[in-house]
Amino acid sequence: MAKTLGPVRRKFAPWNDPAAVPLIEFRNVVKRFGDFTAVDDVSLGIYEREFFALLGPSGCGKTTLMRMLAGFEHASEGRILLAGQDLGSRPPYERPVNMMFQSYALFPHMTVEKNIAFGLVMDKMPKADIEVRVAEMLKLTRLEKFAKRKPHQLSGGQRQRVALARSLAKRPKVLLLDEPLGALDKKLREETQFELMDLQQQLGMTFLIVTHDQEEAMTVADRIAVMDHGKLVQVAGPSEIYEQPSNRYVADFIGDINILEGRVASIEGTTIGIEASSPKVSLVVEDDEPTSVGATVWVAVRPEKVRISHDQPTDATSNAVAGTVWDIAYIGDVSVYHVKLDCGATIRATVANVSRTVERPIGWEDRVWLTWARSSGVVLTS
Amino acid sequence: MSSDGKGWGRSVVIGIPYVWMAIFFLVPFLIVLKISISNSVIAAPPYEPVFATISEFFAKAGEFTSASYARLFSESIYVESYLSSLWIAASSTVLMLFIAYPLAYAMARAPKAWRPTLLMLVILPFWTSFLIRVYAWIGILAEEGLLNWLLMSIGIVDEPITFLATTRAVYIGIIYSYLPFMVLPLYSSLEKMDDTLIEAAQDLGCTPIAAFWRVTFPLSIPGVIAGSFLVFIPAVGEFVIPDLLGGSDTVMIGKTLWEEFFNNRDWPTASAVAISLLLILVVPIVIFQNAQAKAQEADR
Amino acid sequence: MKRFSWFNVTSLALGFGFLYLPIVILVIYSFNAGRSVAVWGGWSLKWYVEVFQNQQLLDAAWVTLRLGMLSATVATVLGTLAAIVLSRFGRFPGRMLFSGMVYAPLVMPEVITGLSLLLLFVAVDFERGFWTITLAHITFTMCFVAVVVQSRLVGFDKSLEEAAMDLGCRPAGTFLRITLPIIWPAVLSGWMLAFTLSIDDLVISSFTTGPGATTLPMKIYSDVRLGVKPEINAVCTLVIAVITVAVVGASILSKRQEIERERAERAAFAAGG
Repeated sequence: MAKTLGPVRRKFAPWNDPAAVPLIEFRNVVKRFGDFTAVDDVSLGIYEREFFALLGPSGCGKTTLMRMLAGFEHASEGRILLAGQDLGSRPPYERPVNMMFQSYALFPHMTVEKNIAFGLVMDKMPKADIEVRVAEMLKLTRLEKFAKRKPHQLSGGQRQRVALARSLAKRPKVLLLDEPLGALDKKLREETQFELMDLQQQLGMTFLIVTHDQEEAMTVADRIAVMDHGKLVQVAGPSEIYEQPSNRYVADFIGDINILEGRVASIEGTTIGIEASSPKVSLVVEDDEPTSVGATVWVAVRPEKVRISHDQPTDATSNAVAGTVWDIAYIGDVSVYHVKLDCGATIRATVANVSRTVERPIGWEDRVWLTWARSSGVVLTS
Repeated sequence: MSSDGKGWGRSVVIGIPYVWMAIFFLVPFLIVLKISISNSVIAAPPYEPVFATISEFFAKAGEFTSASYARLFSESIYVESYLSSLWIAASSTVLMLFIAYPLAYAMARAPKAWRPTLLMLVILPFWTSFLIRVYAWIGILAEEGLLNWLLMSIGIVDEPITFLATTRAVYIGIIYSYLPFMVLPLYSSLEKMDDTLIEAAQDLGCTPIAAFWRVTFPLSIPGVIAGSFLVFIPAVGEFVIPDLLGGSDTVMIGKTLWEEFFNNRDWPTASAVAISLLLILVVPIVIFQNAQAKAQEADR
Repeated sequence: MKRFSWFNVTSLALGFGFLYLPIVILVIYSFNAGRSVAVWGGWSLKWYVEVFQNQQLLDAAWVTLRLGMLSATVATVLGTLAAIVLSRFGRFPGRMLFSGMVYAPLVMPEVITGLSLLLLFVAVDFERGFWTITLAHITFTMCFVAVVVQSRLVGFDKSLEEAAMDLGCRPAGTFLRITLPIIWPAVLSGWMLAFTLSIDDLVISSFTTGPGATTLPMKIYSDVRLGVKPEINAVCTLVIAVITVAVVGASILSKRQEIERERAERAAFAAGG
């Protein structure tokens, strides 16, 4: 399902359309708990049918931001709008959003069926309609066989699906997912990520997910907001977040990266010359990051974009540094080489293990050259 | 299985409390059983010391006269005191729920830092003397007591109302004395409840009051059951409260047994009253144990 | 975070008012100069003076204190043994009967426990007095100790005991060196519970007593059957004061130890990086 909808998703980018109106709008939202500022002046628009992820370490304010949308917390300052309406201090039970809780929060005294029907009963939906909707939700989440069970008779994955079915049953305008897959093991989590994406496409709903797992966010989301200390650091699509991180925090938080400090020596169009301080080499990066000669910047290069070889490169347009292989981590699909430069800094390079031969051409303590193309690096100014 | 010493060490550790409880709990119980079915002429004081051997017990059981038990049913005082004990215990348990539930709820919803103190405040009266707490009400409920003085000085009544020596006072005494037993299990069932369940209910459209009745209350039922039995079972056999606060028209089985024993010195009848009281309590005790076992299972 | 709502504040105020007002009134009126239970005659300590001149009351208090200390101590030893048997010894012949005998007195009406013990003492022709009350109190309080200690043993990480035995400690040594030091707070609170149950008991004492052994509750009971006596108010106030100081003190002490341990742990954590 995800495959067939792939092309559709790629074309979906209302945030680039200046005429598009966001479904959810946070306007200068601040949330303080006593002296502690959990959410610090956040402005953000989320569009209809978007799968949006709030990503960050624990305590960065992502959960608080979501709980304000659900109505469990109220903003100290700023406004939150849903479909153009100010949510103000409307209580959670009057908001057209539903939440899937991290702990699932399944009612232990009710069967799966009753749990799913709960929100519909609250809406005073006619009994017959409830039955139809519950059956539909059970089918959607493949829980038909477990309708009469109680939560404690279910496995972790089944509970997760009940929680999902319950929060979807009311067809909310927005579904909020608070670390929805945190309690599942890796394999099940990956499967469920794809199921979530399919569901979102199928139902055409807006999903907002809170997670600390960057892989999860990159897999499921159309756009990701990276948060740190209550502030939004970067809001962009997964590939932009990965390839064009806005600063060192994002670069470091998402995936693995080598960061070298240096000073800008020259700027010619989008070609920036940098004198790195350790190792003392000249680097060239193709990047349109606005900066000025003499400024301190950081060059960031992903390990998979660094090539490793015994021979000194002849191609003068690439960046090159020399060092000694310090450690090799064989991960399976790739091997990670930790190369110690003469100045003491370490650079990591990954090499895909394309053949099954165990012998590697490069071994421990070999003298090697590391090279990367000018367009592979990114200049970060903060 | 970790610290089970093999051989004599293990036997000694098991043996000491085992033998103690056999001598001071099991044997006395069998003696009560025996005397309750023995002839009251033989057993009436001055009571000939006899050691109740097993064989003698069965010999006596053979000539079971059931005279004492027959009295329990033929004389209305016994039937009446059984029934009124059950009624008073049951209705004060229900009344107590209305006081204990809001208190336990408020404790469980209080800020976390406050909870140990509040818990301490509930447990503290339980440590201070039961007798003293019952006695404290005498001064309040007496004819010339504080409550009447207060009512008359405000002008609500002109003449003192009789509170003391009435069944009403017994209700107050039971509710007051056993309140901690009701609050504690309620509190623990409410406190361990996951707050996100309430949030989930509200998220799905429940008002706070609806969320209480559909989620909080059903989940606290194990606590309600535990608290009710913890109060009901001892209240049925209560002696001090009906004796000090109740009047002559308040008959409760614990008081009847005491009077049978100390005033009438009719030991066989007292024993028969004791055994039948136990038989009455067996049913609620078994229900209670089952409920507890079930609750433990659900916790897992 | 969470604050008090008006409903919760009202419930707490009414609930605790109901629990504490009668006791507070009793305490206040123990300082009343007059005899009345309602009319205030000014502050006075005269009932306290009278208490300390009343030899019968003092004797009863002394009997109660000795009884409580002795029976609580024996009951703690026996109750702890019973708790170990119930939580660590697995199956043995007669286990069902044993656990029945430990739990039954918890729910048994006091009148029955008292009556049955008296009939035992009469049957074996044991002279009734201080010692028969002591035996009776040990028997019913040890069950409470067993429950308190057992609940701690159930929550006990068994791997600690297994580690000790793995390192060569015999079962008895494991109990003394590992288990007992860890469950010690539960054993102590078991003792306190046994002690307060003993000094509070009226019914079982009344059944099992003999000439010359009158406990404080028995004395209070016989004095107040006919109404309020100001000197009994004073005695009750003293009892309440002693118990409150002991219970609150013990809980503050254990709380402080907990805080200290937490602080030490945090410091160790910080030092260790």
